[in-house]
Amino acid sequence: MNKSSITLKGLVLGAVMALSGGLSTAPASAAVVGVEPELQSWTFAGIFGKYDSNQLQRGFQVFQEVCASCHGARLMSFRNLSEEGGPLFSEDQVKALAAEYIIMDPELVEGERAATPADGWPNPFETERDARGSNSGAFPPDFSVLAKARGVSQKFPFWAFNYFTGYQEGGPDYIYNLLVNYVDAPHDVEVPEGQSWNAYLGGTLAMGPPLFEGIVDYEGDVFPETVEQYSADIAAFMMWMAEPHLASRKEMGFRTITFLLLLAGMMYLVKRKIWSNVEH
Amino acid sequence: MSGQSSYNPTNPVEKWFDERLPILRFSKEHLMDFPTPKNINYWWTFGAILMFVLVIQIVTGVVLAMHYVADASMAFDSVEHIRRNVNYGRIIQAVHANGASMFFFAVYLHIFRGLYYGSYKAPREILWILGVVIFVLMMAISFMGYVLPWGQMSFWAATVITDIFGAIPIVGEPILVLLRGGFAVDNATLTRFFSLHYLLPFVLLAVVMLHIWALHVPGNNNPTGVEVKSSRDTVPFHPYITMKDLFAIVVFMIPFAWFVFFAPDILGHPDNYIQANSQITPAHIVPEWYFLPFYAILRAIDFDMLFISSKLGGVIFFGGSIVILFFVPWLDGSKVRSGTFRPLFKPFYWLFVLNFLMLTYLGAQGAEGIFLLLSKVGTAYYFAYFLLILPIVSRIETPNPLPASISESVLGNKGE
Ligand code: HEC
Ligand code: HEM
Repeated sequence: MNKSSITLKGLVLGAVMALSGGLSTAPASAAVVGVEPELQSWTFAGIFGKYDSNQLQRGFQVFQEVCASCHGARLMSFRNLSEEGGPLFSEDQVKALAAEYIIMDPELVEGERAATPADGWPNPFETERDARGSNSGAFPPDFSVLAKARGVSQKFPFWAFNYFTGYQEGGPDYIYNLLVNYVDAPHDVEVPEGQSWNAYLGGTLAMGPPLFEGIVDYEGDVFPETVEQYSADIAAFMMWMAEPHLASRKEMGFRTITFLLLLAGMMYLVKRKIWSNVEH
Repeated sequence: MSGQSSYNPTNPVEKWFDERLPILRFSKEHLMDFPTPKNINYWWTFGAILMFVLVIQIVTGVVLAMHYVADASMAFDSVEHIRRNVNYGRIIQAVHANGASMFFFAVYLHIFRGLYYGSYKAPREILWILGVVIFVLMMAISFMGYVLPWGQMSFWAATVITDIFGAIPIVGEPILVLLRGGFAVDNATLTRFFSLHYLLPFVLLAVVMLHIWALHVPGNNNPTGVEVKSSRDTVPFHPYITMKDLFAIVVFMIPFAWFVFFAPDILGHPDNYIQANSQITPAHIVPEWYFLPFYAILRAIDFDMLFISSKLGGVIFFGGSIVILFFVPWLDGSKVRSGTFRPLFKPFYWLFVLNFLMLTYLGAQGAEGIFLLLSKVGTAYYFAYFLLILPIVSRIETPNPLPASISESVLGNKGE
């Protein structure tokens, strides 16, 4: 083995070592003491991951019919719903959908108008005070980036693998596990007024169980109308809201890294050729 | 090292220009002919990698600044606007955010290379000191950059870190107010951090130029630590080193791209996707990974020493852990540069590396129980390495015999 390949190995080893130092930053988020999360196999995981537009459409239905009465999504515009990589509603569908909503517009004499595809998703409450007033003092967080503002905590060494698998689905996994774990509180726990016990959190929160079997009517009977199915669909939809360009980003990444690998191989050969007349 | 020049302009225009501004001569001497030890290994490519990342950070940063709004009520959404609506915004933003991590990753390897091969020793002390200045600037820049997206971690990191300065006696309070632009972290903090975050990278660039100037006076050190004796020991910078550096840069770009395209948020904290809120303190306030070793040192001091409170003590050790780097050239008295030939130095060095990784780990854990105890041990070893081990080892150690020259060491290698 010649010397440069030895040092190259050293380099890679060093990189791995130093990275394992960085590894310790794995999100120590949400001190979850409840049940272990069940990680889902999302279609948008991994380097070839992309959203399943049918799942996003179902997720949107759950959002619109259930969650949107409390949660806003200020960074999502109606037009996003017909964009590449998303739920792929048709432009006409989006136009019709937007027209169902009213936008406050103080510039107009009437003070309001029907929404257009360019408008952002309207907030269910006019002010934070109103929102808290209707939710026993708690504020239902905006959904726009909520899926990236949560994560599941994993034990050592499992989180360490995330750096190599590129696991970035902690948010939807958190949401899924939150939604499917509304159960009766243990006997020794007193749940305060306006709060609900959640076994995943191992604690209470101010949102009651929003989903029940059959609460949303899916078209056809391919997909079961269960809490689990709804939860997976809304979690996927929320991830799309938070990261709408995921698919194109990953595609570009695959092309970029393939190119870099080839380029590195060629550069190495050129470098070796140049150095071939030097004892080193 | 620029002896007689090989630059001989023949064309009259070039000659005319050379007599007025010899920039082509300068480039030829420093970017092409510059004699470089032929035995430097891949650890020596990190300087070029750092140059590359610095340029990437400046270019992406300037583009981000075109869309970013430094206002407490708009900053968070403006960063999301970049990710969502600006063409290639998600990529540009991810390159810049992950670029900071890659920058520190490279700089740590660069520093540890210097510590192993004794690159800080005469005649390269100024080169080393400029390096430490760069490191301090990098920390300031990345800390202020992290505040800009105005998420929960941005806000609380800003609060905790500026608070550190408040512990300094007498001047602490005025410094704190000056940093924050008021008594609490607020819009005034955000706007001044943005202004400085845009300014300081150019100061950094200037210091990097001095760093390279200081490198080009004595020339590179090398893995044997033996000075260059004749032209047989060196190769011209171009094409030998340029090609090797470019290859290393491309290899470095692969994990960089991995993070940017496949896991752009993995090095960040989910809480930073929650807009800053001065009313809600996050459960754990964790700094970015590259600050963790120093954060562990800060928190390791939880006891009062004489008239020094634990808070001030933490600040002294935190500051001291960086300031001490300035003195390394004089703490290590060994005449032998390269750790390869120092049998006693070597185990202490690798223990120092492990200790540093341990401190990184501990910085992310709660400051209690076994973690706190280990942080104290780690802090003690960190300082002992510089203040006791380097001075003592260099006095009592018998180094292994050095090769007579670089060329000889290279030939020796082939024989093995
Ligand atoms: C009746 C109003 C209401 C409805 C409907 C509702 N939520 Fe909530 N949600 C809340 C409130 C209030 C909170 C804040 C809870 C707290 O802070 O304790 C919340 C919080 C959350 C959180 C954050 C929990 C955390 O980790 O802090 C998630 C995720 C969430 N809701 C998802 C959903 C989904 C998905 C739906 C639709 C299936 C939904 N919510 C429907 C009121 C609602
Ligand atoms: C922006 C950050 C930095 C840049 C762009 C940079 C750039 C460079 C370059 C191009 C070289 C020559 C190639 C090499 O030896 O790798 C070099 C050498 C060196 N740098 Fe840096 N550097 C940076 C930060 C630092 C820091 C933080 C330190 C130490 C605290 C440091 C210490 C040194 C030393 C001692 C050398 C000489 C190495 C030798 O010849 O053996 N540098 N730097």
